Amino acid sequence: MSPDVKNILLAGVGGQGTLLASEILSETLMLAGFDVKKSEVHGMSQRGGSVTSHVRYGKKVYSPLIPDGQVDVLFGFELLETYRYLPTLRPGGAVVVNDLKIMPSTVAMGTESYPENIPGKIRAVCPEAKIVDGLDLALKAGNIRTVNTVLLGALSQRMEIAEELWLAGLKKMVPERFLKENLAAFQLGRQA
Amino acid sequence: MSQAILSGNEAFARGAFEAGVRVASAYPGTPSTEILENVAQYPEIDSSWAPNEKVSLEVAIGASFGGARAMVAMKHVGLNVAADPFMTMSYIGVRGGLVVVVCDDPEMHSSQNEQDSRHYARLGKAPMLEPADSAEALAFTRLAFELSEQFDTPVLLRSNTRISHGKSIVTLGERVTGLPEPKIERNPGKFVMLPGNARKRHPVVEQRLLDLKAWGCDHEINRIEEGEGEIGVITAGISYQYAKEVLPKAHILKLGMVYPLPEQLIRDFAARCKTLYVIEELDPFIEEQVKAMGIEVKGKEIFPICGEFTPSRVAAALGLPQPQGVAVPSEPLPNRPPNMCPGCSHRGVFFALKRLGAFVTGDIGCYTLGALPPLSAMDTCVCMGAGISNATGVAKALGEAERSKVVGVMGDSTFLHSGITSLMDMAYSNTPATAIILDNRITAMTGRQDHPGSGPTLPGIDAIPLTLRRSAAPSASATSRSSIPTTSPGPSRLSTKKCAARNLRWSSPAVPACSTVTDAGSGVRRSSSRPKPAPPARPA
Ligand SMILES: Cc1ncc(C[n+]2csc(CCOP(=O)(O)OP(=O)(O)O)c2C)c(N)n1
Ligand code: SF4
Repeated sequence: MSPDVKNILLAGVGGQGTLLASEILSETLMLAGFDVKKSEVHGMSQRGGSVTSHVRYGKKVYSPLIPDGQVDVLFGFELLETYRYLPTLRPGGAVVVNDLKIMPSTVAMGTESYPENIPGKIRAVCPEAKIVDGLDLALKAGNIRTVNTVLLGALSQRMEIAEELWLAGLKKMVPERFLKENLAAFQLGRQA
Repeated sequence: MSQAILSGNEAFARGAFEAGVRVASAYPGTPSTEILENVAQYPEIDSSWAPNEKVSLEVAIGASFGGARAMVAMKHVGLNVAADPFMTMSYIGVRGGLVVVVCDDPEMHSSQNEQDSRHYARLGKAPMLEPADSAEALAFTRLAFELSEQFDTPVLLRSNTRISHGKSIVTLGERVTGLPEPKIERNPGKFVMLPGNARKRHPVVEQRLLDLKAWGCDHEINRIEEGEGEIGVITAGISYQYAKEVLPKAHILKLGMVYPLPEQLIRDFAARCKTLYVIEELDPFIEEQVKAMGIEVKGKEIFPICGEFTPSRVAAALGLPQPQGVAVPSEPLPNRPPNMCPGCSHRGVFFALKRLGAFVTGDIGCYTLGALPPLSAMDTCVCMGAGISNATGVAKALGEAERSKVVGVMGDSTFLHSGITSLMDMAYSNTPATAIILDNRITAMTGRQDHPGSGPTLPGIDAIPLTLRRSAAPSASATSRSSIPTTSPGPSRLSTKKCAARNLRWSSPAVPACSTVTDAGSGVRRSSSRPKPAPPARPA
C-alpha cells in the first residue's frame, strides 16, 4: 500500500455536517497540490445514523477507501463514533475528536448503553489525542454552527499544510456572510 | 482549462453538459440522485424529474427521436423498471445520442438488493462503459454520446456508490458545438417496432456488437498498463483502483468498456501473464466471458461475490499480509441505526398500525424505517409500488378472519411511481384490504425531490400539483386533469402532513414538528388542519 498517501477518516453522526467538513478539507488539499480522493455514503446513514468519510491525499491516490489499520488521523465529531473507528488507526496515528456525546436511539430506548469514559479509552491507545470542546469554542466564535470549523482548526494543527491554504479552502467553501465567524472559529480550534 | 474536485455524479452531469445534451430526465434513487440535480444547474439542458425510471427513459428516447442528445440516470433497481423501453430501444438505435447512467450499490448501503447491472448490457446487447473515478466519469460520458451516434445504439454508463459519491480531481472542458439541430425526421422502418421491422433490426444489433468488440480492441478506453513480473490483472471501474492499491507491480488490463469485451486484446494480454486474475466486484461477469474464451483465470474462487470490495478485502482474498491498526480492547458498542426525523408524520401512522396489530405490507421510502424498533410495524417490503399489490395478494390468500388485518402502506412518491396501478388492481379486484398512502408531498427518502403531487418542477417552475383524493365509491373516476381517485372497496386512507424536514438541509439538525394522522374516512385533510392524535383506524 502506497506509503506516500496520507489517510484521514472522519467519523460522526448523520446531520452533524461531517460531509461539509470533508469538502473543505479536500478543497484545501487540492489547493496544496495533492491528488485527493474522498469517499462517503449518502442516504440511509444520514438520518441520524453513523457516518464516515474517507479522505486520502498524496502524489497519486488510487483507492478512495482507506485500507484497514491505515488511518493516519482519526477526525471525530462525536465520541462514540470516534471510538467505534479507533481500531482503524495505524499505530502512531493521531486522533482529533469533538468532546460531544450524541445518544443513539438504542441508548435512548434503554436497550443498549453508551460506553463510559471514552476520552480515557482513546487516550489509552493514543496518548496525544486532541479532545476539543467544539461547542464551547463555536459559541465563543459567535455561532453555534461553526463547531465543524473549530474542529478543522484543531485538525490543521496536526497536518503539514500551510495556514493560508486552509484559509483559502474555507473562503472557497463558506458563504461570504458566514465567513467572519468561521475564520474566528478556525483560529480558536487551531489554538485549542 | 480549469481543475475541480468533483463527485462522480457531478462529473456525469458535467460530461452531459460538455457532450451537448439537451434533454435529461430521471427518477431519484441513491446513489444516482445528484446526477440530475447537477445537470439541472446547466440552463442549456431541459431537466425534469419523471414519476418513475421507465417514464424518464421514454422521455429521453423521445428526445433522441427528435434528434437531440439525451441522458437518463437511475439506481440499479431503476433499470428494472426502465428495462422494457431499454430492451427495444437497443433494436431501434438512436437519432440523437442516448445514454443511460445506472448506479449500482454493492454492499447495499441504501438499497434492497445488490444486483449487478452489467447483465443488462448483455441482455440488451448494448455497450456499457464503466469509469473508475470522476475524471473518467466525465470523459466516458462524452465518449458515450459519440459511441451512441457512431454505432447507432443506446449506451449504458455504469457507476456505483463509490464512484458516484466519491470525489476526485477532474479537468473541465467546453460544451461541444456544431451538433445537428433537432427537427422532425420520419423513419418508420427504424422507429416503429412492428414485428416485421424488428426482425430486420435484430441482425443489425448482432453486427453492432461485433463492430463494438473490434472497436474496443483498438480504442484507448481499454488499456494495458505494463508492470513487472508474471502476474496480470483484468479489471474495470472501482475495482481497478483497489487492484492498483494492492498489486502495484502487476500488469493490468483496465477495461473501460465492460461490454462487449475486446476479445483479441484480452487474448494478447493473457498470453503474456503466467497468473491471471479478474478483479471485479459482484458477479463474475468478465470472468465467465474470459473463461468462455478458453483462458484460465482466477476470480470468484478467491474474491467475494457478496458485498463491496475494499483494498483490505481484495488484499485478504489474495492472501497478502495486512497491516494491523492499534489494539483496542473489545467492548460491545451500541448501534446507531438511522431514524425518522423528530416530528415525522410517518411515526404516528406506524404507532397506530402497531397498536392495531395490523399485518403491514410496506414499501420503500423514509417510512420503511417503521420496520425498525421501536415501531417495528412493517411486515413486508419488496420493491417500489408493491405495498398495495402485496396487500391485495395477502388478503386474497387469507381467510375472512385474518384478512381484515391486512394494510398496504406506501408514500406519495412511491404511489405515483408505481403504486397507482397496484391500487387500481385492489379496487378492480374488489379486494377487502386497506391501503394507506402517506402523502407528505415530497420524495423524502432520497433528499426531498419534488414530484407531480408536490408542485414546482426541477428548475423551480410552478406546476399544478396532482392531488390525491380519497373517494369512498369504487366507481369514482378522475374528475379533473389534476386529480386521481384513490378508490378501494375497503376503506382507503390518505395521511397528509408535509415532511417535517421539507425545508432542511441534511447538515442542519431536524426541527420537531407536530405529527398528525388525518382522514378517518372523510376526504383529505390538508396540512393546515389542527394536529390531533391518531384516530383508531379500523382496517376492514
Ligand atoms: C425502482 C426504484 N427507484 C428508486 C428507488 C429509490 N427510492 C427509495 S424510496 C424512494 C421514494 C420515497 O418517496 P415516498 O414514497 O414519497 O416516501 P417518503 O420517503 O417521502 O416517506 C425512492 C425514490 C428505489 N428504491 N427503487
Ligand atoms: S425526511 Fe421527512 S419523511 Fe423522512 S423521516 Fe424526516 S420528516 Fe419523515
